Amino acid sequence: MSGEALFFLEVVISGLMAGVMYALVALGFVLIFKASGVLNFAQGVLALFAALALYDFIAPGGWVDDLFGFTFPIWAGIILTVGVMIIVAWLIERLVLQHLVQQEPIILFMSTIGLAYILEGVGDMLFGSDVKPLDIGIPQGASDWLLDNYGLYVEKLEVFAALTAAILVIVLAVFFQKTRIGRALRAVADDHQAALSVGVSLRTIWVIVWSVAGMVALVAGIMWGSKSGIQFSLSLIALKALPVLILGGFTSVPGAIIGGLIIGVGEKVAEVYLGPYVGGAIENWFAYVLALVFLFFRPQGLFGERIIERV
Amino acid sequence: MLKRIAGIFSGVLVSTLLFVSTAGAYELVMPSMDYRTGPYAPNGIPFANGYHDYLVMLNERDGGINGVKINLVPCETAYNTKQGVECYEKVKGEGDGALIIQPLSTGITYQLIPKAPVDEIPVHSMGYGRTSAANGKVFKWIFNFPATYWDQAAVALKYIGDREGGLDKLNGKKIALVYHNSAYGKEPIRTLEAGAEKFGYEFMQLPVDHPGQEQKSTWLQIRREKPDWVLMWGWGVMNQVAIKEAASIRYPMDHFMGVWWSGSENDVLPAGEDADGYLSGAFHAPGDDFPAHDDIKKYVYDAGKTAPGAERERIGEVLYNRGLIAAVYASEAIRNAMDIHGTKEVNGAMVRDGLEAMDLTEARLTELGLPGFTIPVKVTCANHAGPRKVAIQQWDAKAKEWNFVSDFYDTMHDIVDPLIEEDSAGFAEENGITPRDC
Repeated sequence: MSGEALFFLEVVISGLMAGVMYALVALGFVLIFKASGVLNFAQGVLALFAALALYDFIAPGGWVDDLFGFTFPIWAGIILTVGVMIIVAWLIERLVLQHLVQQEPIILFMSTIGLAYILEGVGDMLFGSDVKPLDIGIPQGASDWLLDNYGLYVEKLEVFAALTAAILVIVLAVFFQKTRIGRALRAVADDHQAALSVGVSLRTIWVIVWSVAGMVALVAGIMWGSKSGIQFSLSLIALKALPVLILGGFTSVPGAIIGGLIIGVGEKVAEVYLGPYVGGAIENWFAYVLALVFLFFRPQGLFGERIIERV
Repeated sequence: MLKRIAGIFSGVLVSTLLFVSTAGAYELVMPSMDYRTGPYAPNGIPFANGYHDYLVMLNERDGGINGVKINLVPCETAYNTKQGVECYEKVKGEGDGALIIQPLSTGITYQLIPKAPVDEIPVHSMGYGRTSAANGKVFKWIFNFPATYWDQAAVALKYIGDREGGLDKLNGKKIALVYHNSAYGKEPIRTLEAGAEKFGYEFMQLPVDHPGQEQKSTWLQIRREKPDWVLMWGWGVMNQVAIKEAASIRYPMDHFMGVWWSGSENDVLPAGEDADGYLSGAFHAPGDDFPAHDDIKKYVYDAGKTAPGAERERIGEVLYNRGLIAAVYASEAIRNAMDIHGTKEVNGAMVRDGLEAMDLTEARLTELGLPGFTIPVKVTCANHAGPRKVAIQQWDAKAKEWNFVSDFYDTMHDIVDPLIEEDSAGFAEENGITPRDC
């Protein structure tokens, strides 16, 4: 393969891998939107909060170490963090959502903006604002084998993230399709009133779905935290998920993945091949251009549900 | 966690008590434009702590500056230009009036340049801000000593020249600049372009959008173009990601050099061993083995008068020391103002005179408990950038410490001075300023 072709392949692979990282964040949005019609502005902050909590369970110098003089092994830290995210979900339901049942979606959306600021502030107070290097043994750096034998640069962390995302999607699909709770979630997503009338508890469903979104946020937080260290700019990764959602549709798990891949490849190819002619740094806004172009042809997003309202 | 929360509450309590107990008497109002929140907080906090601790130490040890208490007025900018300007408007009239503003942001500095002469409050953008403010004839109220971004870029070229065997060896080389796509990040471009014309290297520009969490395409371009050297004007998460990406593509760390804002512990620690050998500019020493640090530990930390959440073990980090030296410059300017005007109740205009009379010798640094901490600084009416000398430091990942690997290099006056002259003349013309005769 010629050098230029190999480089193009690297750009595409890097784009796909970056797309998976965006999709991990977008998945959390999709889960909550599917179940409650709320665009959860706090999803990025949830990822940050989860990663901060995990760090403090497992790292020397974290608050568990400070208070008790020991740290948890990584697996226990992850389980405990899942517990924390369930508690956070329960608190969100008790303190925010239950008071807003039957309110307009825009009210719920605004409440998640408030929630994002509160979680960020509480996270700052509890965990501090320092950069926290996260090392839970995920392989990092270029794949030596590919680089030495084929001159191909592929980042190991991103391959790991792609595999994790694949597993996550399978688990979520099984959860939604095959379990009783999953069916209830889908029922709530289809029609709140109808679901309530057959005895599905909206409040329980909201706690469950926010818990699941919290777990997805933990996965995203681990991947992004391993990449750049855990710090407050992690909350801004939500911005990278928005074009993915626009493109993939707000209600589709496969849409989040495919949307992420298209956005990832599109922005990388644009930055590398178009960027130098227009001064560079175009990938952030180019992702939105790409998403909006798709909307011309499919206003509901690639996999979004087409809403037909008959008069 | 409990310690942290207790620290926050005790800090707030102490600040409140200090404020209440000193209300009424004349105080030296010194705003601290902090950013302890937002995506750049990891860098803003150590700087703010260094600034806070030095001034609180002066209050506790010496009763302030020449016996006059300092009223430190923090304001949170979140490294956001709009919020920073609001902060300025809020703090400028505090007490008897703010004496000096250190915006800690190039974007905020640009906004304050026209305000400073109107409000008669000097702005010290220490090693950031508008480079041509070095020309004191035009920028009477703005100071940017001890060095400017253009000096840093020139010194980077000098260092590269030394490593390559002479500046003539730059001919045909390729130098890339990875920069934060903001007013700050764009500052060195003119100097590096002028350098490219003079020395014949190819200059690549690679902007990275805020906050810089995703830089894969930037580093793929570096992998393809294989520049001989990569310079970086980054801030916050951009630095950490860039260093990790550079390691990933196996870019040699000892050919990767950041500006002094891309050379703190925060930037290199997340990359672990991979960051070993990374270079950055510096205009002061790292570490806490100076008598001034001992006094800070004694009068601030032992006495429980720290900023909320500050930790003793972080005293001496690069950005902490940068905040500390900023406080030293500010307090020395006030001291000079008192001497020049023969009063202890100084105002912004007097402190401006104090800044312009700055002559911080090695002997004075020793008196301040900072022997060898930085180079002496002499500011004049015409030269607001002072010595314009920069050293290069290198990260030792095993020892987790920065070490100087060069002496302080002088800037390239032949390249930078005409640029300063040209840019400041343009500013003077646009704004109807008659340059001062000095």
